This record gives sequence, structure tokens and C-alpha cells, in this order.
Amino acid sequence: MAGSGKAHLRDEADTILRVEDLNVEFPAGRGRTVYAVSGISFDIAKGETLGLVGESGCGKSTTGKAILQLPRPTSGSVRVKGNDLAAMDPESMRQARTGVQMIFQDPISSLNPRRMIGDIVAEPLAVWGPHDEDKQWPIVANMLDAVGIDPDVARYKRSHEFSGGQCQRISIARALVMEPELIICDEPVSALDVSVQAQILNMLEDLKAQYGLTLVFIAHDLAVVKNISDRVAVMYLGKMCEISESNELYDNPAHPYTALLLGSIPVPDPMANIDDVLGDEGELPSPLAPPSGCRFRTRCPLADEMCARVEPQMRRVSDDHYVACHHPLVSADPVGDPSSEVTISL
Amino acid sequence: MTDVGTDSDRLTRAEHNEPLLEVIDLKTHFQVEGGIVKAVDGVSFTLDRGKTLGIVGESGSGKTVLSRSIMRLITAPNVITHGEVRYDGRDLVTKSSREMKAYWGVEMAMVFQDPMTSLNPVVKVGRQMTEHIRHHLGVSKSEARATAIELLKSVRIPEPEVRIDNYPHEMSGGMRQRVCIAIALACGPKMLFADEPTTALDVTVQHQILNLLRQQQKDRFMTMIMVTHDLGVVAGRTDEIAVMYAGKVVEKAPTNQLFADMRHPYTQALLWSIPKVSQPKHTRLNAIAGRPPDLISPPSGCSFSPRCPYAQEKCHIEEPPLTAGAAPGHQFACWYPVGSPENEAAWERNLAAGVPQTLAAAGKLTATEELLETINLADDTSDHEGAGA
Ligand SMILES: Nc1ncnc2c1ncn2[C@@H]1O[C@H](COP(=O)(O)OP(=O)(O)OP(=O)(O)O)[C@@H](O)[C@H]1O
Ligand SMILES: Nc1ncnc2c1ncn2[C@@H]1O[C@H](COP(=O)(O)OP(=O)(O)O)[C@@H](O)[C@H]1O
Ligand code: SF4
Ligand code: SF4
Ligand SMILES: [Mg+2]
Ligand SMILES: [Mg+2]
Repeated sequence: MAGSGKAHLRDEADTILRVEDLNVEFPAGRGRTVYAVSGISFDIAKGETLGLVGESGCGKSTTGKAILQLPRPTSGSVRVKGNDLAAMDPESMRQARTGVQMIFQDPISSLNPRRMIGDIVAEPLAVWGPHDEDKQWPIVANMLDAVGIDPDVARYKRSHEFSGGQCQRISIARALVMEPELIICDEPVSALDVSVQAQILNMLEDLKAQYGLTLVFIAHDLAVVKNISDRVAVMYLGKMCEISESNELYDNPAHPYTALLLGSIPVPDPMANIDDVLGDEGELPSPLAPPSGCRFRTRCPLADEMCARVEPQMRRVSDDHYVACHHPLVSADPVGDPSSEVTISL
Repeated sequence: MTDVGTDSDRLTRAEHNEPLLEVIDLKTHFQVEGGIVKAVDGVSFTLDRGKTLGIVGESGSGKTVLSRSIMRLITAPNVITHGEVRYDGRDLVTKSSREMKAYWGVEMAMVFQDPMTSLNPVVKVGRQMTEHIRHHLGVSKSEARATAIELLKSVRIPEPEVRIDNYPHEMSGGMRQRVCIAIALACGPKMLFADEPTTALDVTVQHQILNLLRQQQKDRFMTMIMVTHDLGVVAGRTDEIAVMYAGKVVEKAPTNQLFADMRHPYTQALLWSIPKVSQPKHTRLNAIAGRPPDLISPPSGCSFSPRCPYAQEKCHIEEPPLTAGAAPGHQFACWYPVGSPENEAAWERNLAAGVPQTLAAAGKLTATEELLETINLADDTSDHEGAGA
């Protein structure tokens, strides 16, 4: 199985989540397969925020959902504090999953319009207890308060009576009532206006400190991701290209794709240089038939014959900075043992 | 064809460098059940030939309604329009839709946010292009097809001879937006409106589309209005910027001037609230307190006053007019403009008095305290922060 190596993984004792060789495939009709996520590995330490970035369709959401086993990945392991979710029976998995919650992009449609806010936030408690409503309300009220929603005002209202930003805060409160250790945020601010986005980002930082949360933060906005993340992983077409401590990644991108992304950011400064490359809107590779070797090679200015043949493995650039590329933009360690790690991708 | 002005008349205007577009006290209001939505409420500006104006603001601030009002594309039965839109010397507001047909596509064209909504999904892109070209230019089928292929080439679609027979869904989002740009350019418009042309696209594709628009604008000497909620998109790509808040232009300046010396508190707050890649991780963001205004009953006085950290008594009562500052072309509507001694005094006064949005701007509240202090749920529970822009 083609993989991108695991040189970047840390000692499992220091992490609360460890994902290895994750593959997610979807049937696409006529016997074809969408290779949505192909052999990625990563881990997250307690209290850390890992940002996941990449273009639309690269597999960010699929990765986030696969952690929750929604659906169960095609192969690979997802270990939460050492316990492999994929190997569990459905009931133990349901139990284990309460420690992991997810927040979605569209705040309004992720809240049931017919139910009252008090009940929506209490939903996870209704399943897992306490079942006594008198015991539930103080927990719910506390969480609404923590996200800046007045609990008494909101309790009997419905979602349409709130703005997008407020709905997002309510869905964060709902995720928090189970006291999860890990929250997967899938584009939680992408649908919000810039001023509201800043409120939510600041609030997530505060909640993280207050409740000792660990976050996976999925977004396509690179400035947002840098702001909130301790480490950032860059994905391309189902593969992980580079993973690094955030400041280092933005200062010294090692993967040509990361450099392309960073060079495309519109900077709110009229003095900033804008390259005027026009580019062709060529055929983008499809996850139905990903390119051989390095999946980025069809767009990479540095691609050579080896890139078409051999899949690049993760190699160390510096402490906490790893890249999967044959010709990284900054110098990197050689791949450990080429004969065993290099795989020829189909 | 209806008259868009005689050639000699227009030539003289162009020779004398008269502005291509003059908007004078334009108001676009919508009559709705709860009252009147003042989506555009008294906007005036002029735009010179060959220049690009960026219009920025949060969603709901009236950017789309403004650009569509200028093009006379708003057909809602509940619309009430006042003011003048002078395009090359002629007022468009008084023209009938039939008369406007002589302008659409030929004089002015629009590129929209979502290419899927402006393309017909069941018709090949080639036919959508050739129909448009034949309708406006009255050429033969084969000439129109040749023109369409040329246009696809100019927007850098590879193998245009093949792509012309694609359906929209057979193309990527970026490719579809290129087709929309090609259609907009087909009849050589003098003025191009781009309403969030890249908001739905990935950052790499966005970069290329913005470059393409700029190149086409230069090559064809078009005048352009670029609407966006993203200050980054307009920073390096416009000559002037107008900042909208609650249906009004609150600040307007040449682009470099605006970024070097913002005078309106809202412009400043907008720039400060966005995370920037140049900042280290975990930089605390200066969120704007509160929420966007209700356009049916906007706050009295300055519409930014409930959220403004410098707001004084006067701001809540009297609306500040858009007035010229010292720098050429710089206008702003504020009683206590940023960078003035009055502004500093207002800040100190508010800090001492413990005004919540001032404490928040000073970083003296936590994010949730800020939310609780400054948002009064009981008063206002309608949806203004909504998605998109
Ligand atoms: N249920 C499904 N069936 C078939 N294909 C799917 C399914 N879910 C996702 N895919 C495909 O898997 C790939 C990765 O999708 P995913 O939603 O993870 O992307 P993403 O990185 O989150 O993109 P975006 O930024 O647009 O949200 C895409 O090609 C997508 O079309
Ligand atoms: N046909 C309509 N009827 C009533 N209100 C409308 C109509 N079209 C737009 N509006 C309102 O006008 C305001 C400005 O909208 P718009 O110009 O689309 O904002 P944006 O700045 O996001 O482009 C919003 O409050 C919107 O809801
Ligand atoms: S491995 Fe080759 S094709 Fe892939 S990013 Fe590196 S240089 Fe480019
Ligand atoms: S200082 Fe007053 S006039 Fe100026 S933006 Fe603030 S509230 Fe409006
Ligand atoms: Mg997604
Ligand atoms: Mg709009």
C-alpha cells in the first residue's frame, strides 16, 4: 500500500490521537473508486491545535469524519489514547466517540429548526446522561454562557431567531456539553463574516485554554489556520504533503505545493508584491485516477522523472517540520531507508 | 438600437477625460413586510475611465445591490430607487429595461460570484457564448464560434476547440468562472462589474482569476468595479476603494492612501479583525464588537455607533456626512476620525467610562465577556451575520 511515511509521528505516549495509514475510498459507480484519502498518518498532542489545509476536494473533511468513523475508513487505524476506534465493536465505539465531537461549517443547517436551543444543546446529554432535565439545564446554561449566549434568553428560542455567528456559538456549546477531549472543527468560520469570524476564533482560543481542549481545525483560509493552529498539515489530493509547527511552515515552506498556496494568498497590503502569473485552468487531477508517484507532479514546476515513478516519503526538515517531496525547497534529511520506505504507487 | 449617445458626443467626453460613471445620491430601498430595507442609502461617487474601484464591506452592507442598481439589474417589484447614475453622461435610472438592453453586455457587463448560477447547466458553454455574441453583434454562426474560441483562448482555457463543447458541469469551478469572464468580455464592454468573482474559488484559482481580470482590464482599457468582502483582494488590485457600511459609503480613498492612513473607525476595525499570515500564530484578533446593523431600522446617528470604540454622544444623535479629508480624493464620514486629537480624546474618555466596545478593542475583555456585554439578544434576534456576502 502506498503511504507517505511516518517519520513525523511522535511518541504515542505524548499524543491523544494517532492516525496511521488512513485510507478512505468511495465507490463512484461503473466500478470506479474515489481515492479521497490515501495513506495519511498524523498525531495530535493534548492541548494542541492541528490545522488541516488544502484545496477543495483534497480530503480534509473526509479525514475529519474518518476520525469519528463516519464512515469507517477503508483501512488504517485511528487511536484515541491508545484505543483503536476501528477495531471496536459498535457499542464501545459509541462510548469512545463521546470524547470526540465535531463542529460543521454551516451553523444554521446543523441545528434542528424545530427544536428549542435549550433542547438542542442538551441533545448529547439526553443520550448519555444525566437524563434528569433538572440536572441537564445547569450544564447547558453553563456552556451557553461560555460561548457568549445568554442562557435564559436562548433557552426557549429556535435557531432561525439567531444569526449565523450565534448559531455557530450554539453548535460549539452543544459540542462542549459532553466535555470532549478532542473537537474536530470543519470550516467553523468559513461561512461567517470577517468581523464575526474574529469573535469565534478568539472564543475558541479562550475555550481551549479554559477546558484544555485539543482541536483539529479544518479550513481553506491559510491566515485563519495559522492564527489558531500550533501545527499545520497541508493536504493535496488525498495525501499529506507537509506538516510543521505553524510559524515555521509559513516562514519556510518546504513543499512546492505549500509554496504555491502561500504565494496565492491575497494580502491586505497594497505594497505587497503580487506575481502576475496568469496560469492555465488546465485539467486538475481527479481523485478517481490520481497521478502516479507524487500526486502533485502534474502541477509542480520541479517535477522530474523520479516524481512520476516514486512516491515521496515524509522526511525531516527540522524539529517538528516534515515534508514529502523529492526536491524540497529547503534542505531536508534523506529518507531513512529508501529500499524499504519507497513504494511505487499504482 | 436605442441610443447610448452619439459617437462624437462620447468621443468629446472621452477626450476631455470626463468620468465614465457618476453616481449621485443613489438610494435603493426595498419595501418589505417589516418596513423599508435601506440596502443602498445615498451613495455618490465618480469613476474615471480605465480605473478600478473596489467596493468592500461585510455581507449585507449593500455591495451587490449597489452594483446591480448601477447596471439597472434590480427588477424586484418591491424596489424603490432614487438618485442618478450617469454613464458616459446619460442618466440610466430613468431608462426603461428595453433601453437598457443597448447597454447590457455591450457597454457594461457583470461577472458574478457563483459561475454555476449564471451559466445554464443543460446548454454547452459554446452555445451559451455564441448565442450571446450573435444576439449582440449580429454575426453568423461560424463567425460567432470562431470569436468564442478566441475568447476562451484569451481567458487561457487550454484546448478551447474541445472545451467549447463541454457542459458547465464538465468543467472545474475556475474554468467555469473563466467562461463567465469570456462571456462578459464578448462584446467589448467599457465597464466591467465583478461581484465577489473569486469568493467561491480556491486560493490558487482565485489568484489566477484576479490576475486574468487585471490583464484583460489593462488590454481592453476597461473601467472596473470589484465588489468583495476581502480587503486582501482589493489591496493590490484597485486604484480606489470605497468602504460600505449599512448601505452607505463611509470611507473612500485611493487604495494606497486608504491603507496608509485609514480615517474611518469601521475601516480600521475591519482591517484589524482579519488574521494575517504575517502575524505569528495565536495573535489575538481585534474582533469588532456586536453585530452588523438592521437595515430596516438602522441605529440613529452614525450607523456604526453601537459598535464603534470611539463613539460619543454626538455619534448616537447626528449622522456624520461624507466629507473630504486633507489628502486628495480621501473622504470619510466620521465625527472623530482615526488619527485626529478628537479621536484620541474620545478613546480615553470611553476607556475611563468603561464603554464595553472600547474595553473590548483595548483587549481588556475576554472574547465571551465581550460577546455577552455587547450583544443584546433580547433586542435583536434577526439574522444579519449570515453567510456569503
Ligand atoms: N460520500 C462520498 N462519496 C463519494 N465521494 C466522496 C464522498 N465524500 C467525499 N467524496 C470525495 O472525496 C474527496 C475529498 O472530499 P472532502 O469532502 O474530504 O474534501 P475537502 O477537502 O473537505 O473539500 P472542501 O474544501 O471542498 O470541503 C472529493 O473528491 C469528494 O468528491
Ligand atoms: N429584493 C430584496 N428585497 C428585500 N431586501 C433585499 C432585496 N435584495 C437585497 N436586499 C437586502 O439588501 C441588503 C444588502 O444586500 P446586498 O447588497 O446583497 O449585500 P452585500 O453587501 O452582501 O452584497 C441586505 O440586507 C439584503 O437582505
Ligand atoms: S515530489 Fe516532485 S512533483 Fe512532488 S512536489 Fe516534490 S518536486 Fe514536485
Ligand atoms: S466616531 Fe462616531 S461618527 Fe465616527 S464612526 Fe465612530 S460612531 Fe461613527
Ligand atoms: Mg470539506
Ligand atoms: Mg453580495
